[in-house]
Amino acid sequence: MAVTPQTVEELTRAEPRRAGWIGAVLDFIRQRPLGAIGGGIILVMVAVAATAGLLAPYNPLENDYAAMLSAPNRDHWLGTDAHGRDVLTRILYGSRTALMVGLGASLIGAVFGALIGVGSAYFGGRVDLVVQRIMDVFFAFPVIILALAVVAILGTGVGNVILAIATPMVPRCARVVRSSALAVREMPYVDAARAAGFGHRRIILRHMLPNVMAPLLIMATAFLGEAILLESSLSFLGLGVQEPTAAWGLMLRGAAVEFAESAPWMAIFPGLAISLAVFGFNLLGDSLRDALDPRLRTQ
Amino acid sequence: MSQALLEVQDLVKHFPVGGGLLKGAAGVVRAVEGVTFSIQRGETLGLVGESGCGKTTTGRCVLQLEQPTSGRIVFEGAELTGLSQDKLRTVRRHMQVIFQDPYSSLNPRMTVGDILAEPIKVHRIVSDPAKRQARVRELLEQVGLHAQHARRYPHQLSGGQRQRVGVARALAMQPSLIVCDEPVSALDVSIQAQIINLLEELQARFGLTYLFIAHDLSVVRHISDRVAVMYLGRIVELADRQSLYDEALHPYTRALLSAVPIPDPKLEARRERTVLRGEVPSPLNPPSGCVFHPRCPIAVDRCSAEIPALREIKPGHWAACHLA
Repeated sequence: MAVTPQTVEELTRAEPRRAGWIGAVLDFIRQRPLGAIGGGIILVMVAVAATAGLLAPYNPLENDYAAMLSAPNRDHWLGTDAHGRDVLTRILYGSRTALMVGLGASLIGAVFGALIGVGSAYFGGRVDLVVQRIMDVFFAFPVIILALAVVAILGTGVGNVILAIATPMVPRCARVVRSSALAVREMPYVDAARAAGFGHRRIILRHMLPNVMAPLLIMATAFLGEAILLESSLSFLGLGVQEPTAAWGLMLRGAAVEFAESAPWMAIFPGLAISLAVFGFNLLGDSLRDALDPRLRTQ
Repeated sequence: MSQALLEVQDLVKHFPVGGGLLKGAAGVVRAVEGVTFSIQRGETLGLVGESGCGKTTTGRCVLQLEQPTSGRIVFEGAELTGLSQDKLRTVRRHMQVIFQDPYSSLNPRMTVGDILAEPIKVHRIVSDPAKRQARVRELLEQVGLHAQHARRYPHQLSGGQRQRVGVARALAMQPSLIVCDEPVSALDVSIQAQIINLLEELQARFGLTYLFIAHDLSVVRHISDRVAVMYLGRIVELADRQSLYDEALHPYTRALLSAVPIPDPKLEARRERTVLRGEVPSPLNPPSGCVFHPRCPIAVDRCSAEIPALREIKPGHWAACHLA
């Protein structure tokens, strides 16, 4: 039996993917410096969240009534709040809340959105029609209103806030994934899977889902920043994370409003933290979209 | 006549077009309009025709990738239309497909080894993982690839290699029938020959039956035992290879054959050609009577009024023409 000869080109192309992994990251940094800056901000944030216990000079929950409302000084670099808690410490610990809520909401939203989107595209016809109209209903609500409604039903607390923020993400994700999945559904390899007698679940999970991962990842990254902002908004409105947990949105509320003129550090620094985190995620999300966009990526 | 492996009777597939949620369909594309043929075990039936004549749709209906509008498809003695999803799944083990485009017919996120192992695993043909790997290696060698190719992704292979993987995937389930949907049209001529030879070799070795769909008459002539010619959703002529190519009865077949170049300039210059006028009519609105009559060089009045039936004009040689 004839064996196809291998050209040098084929052999080099066949190198294991992992070898190019670091190279791909370096390429990304070189080609998209803004995205790399965003990625850097996120890395710092993750590192801070992981080591907050070591980095923070104080206990985030400890009140020091001797040092209430003190301006930034040598002991309290970013000052203290109305309960005498160290602002820097609470910002460092707050990154944990922000990341947990952001990642949790993005993950849940992406998973459900992807399953609904791919399923809707795969079954098509009436199923698709009904599912998409239900998604339209969710779309009709502004993100914050929908999140508020979920909190109103479920109550406050970190877990419920994650669900509340994931809810508006599901239809957005489902729609983006569906449009990619519609194209994937027409690919001959999906026909081949059907002709092989595979079940619906296997075709959806093994053959279609992995091929819509690029838009899904982009959506999830872009949504991370939005989720952090949304968490802060909910907490600021008193419908998110509850005291005494360290959360950025929470730090902007209450006494921070009351003493905004006499002790502006209470609001400025957590505000900066929120801005920086959202900025970082958006930069990375945008660059990822440009780099991974399936239309540019086909080659 | 012994029982055929596959029998297709009066297969019809219409696609509604246009319309919306509230409106009904604006029209119907008559992709396949009453196609009847059968394939014996171990035989290769070539199905030829221009783009859009319904040959691929016919293949997809046989595979149950499309639900036929009407007609019967009997495979290994079992009626396929209206079969439940579960029963269909077991039938599908014996019926496989090789696609035209080797670039999009393999899942880009799976290694060649996974692509080949998956059907074996799902249908519990080999349940022991180590033996399954051995089977994958065996399949790769049967189609002329190396065992090392199992670790590659499809994008790391050339077009010909990918098509070999496609063939191996079809073989993995040990099917009796393989629908080859233009398996070589997307390949270089030199690779085409390799794949055709491979298909013939595998047929001899495993006693496979092929429904070979193509638009290239020379390729079909090479591989087929019998050939069916389709035009606008209908079979216009069906005969064994020799009589079809030597003494075509239908004017459309003759026109097609005269368009195949002969690799000899003297013969090529001397032979007479039938050049068809006009375009293929739209399957949305096919002509009355014989669908070929507006372009037929020998059409008479009767052709526009009466649909010609597919008649056995000589033993084993069928044609749908009033004048044959």
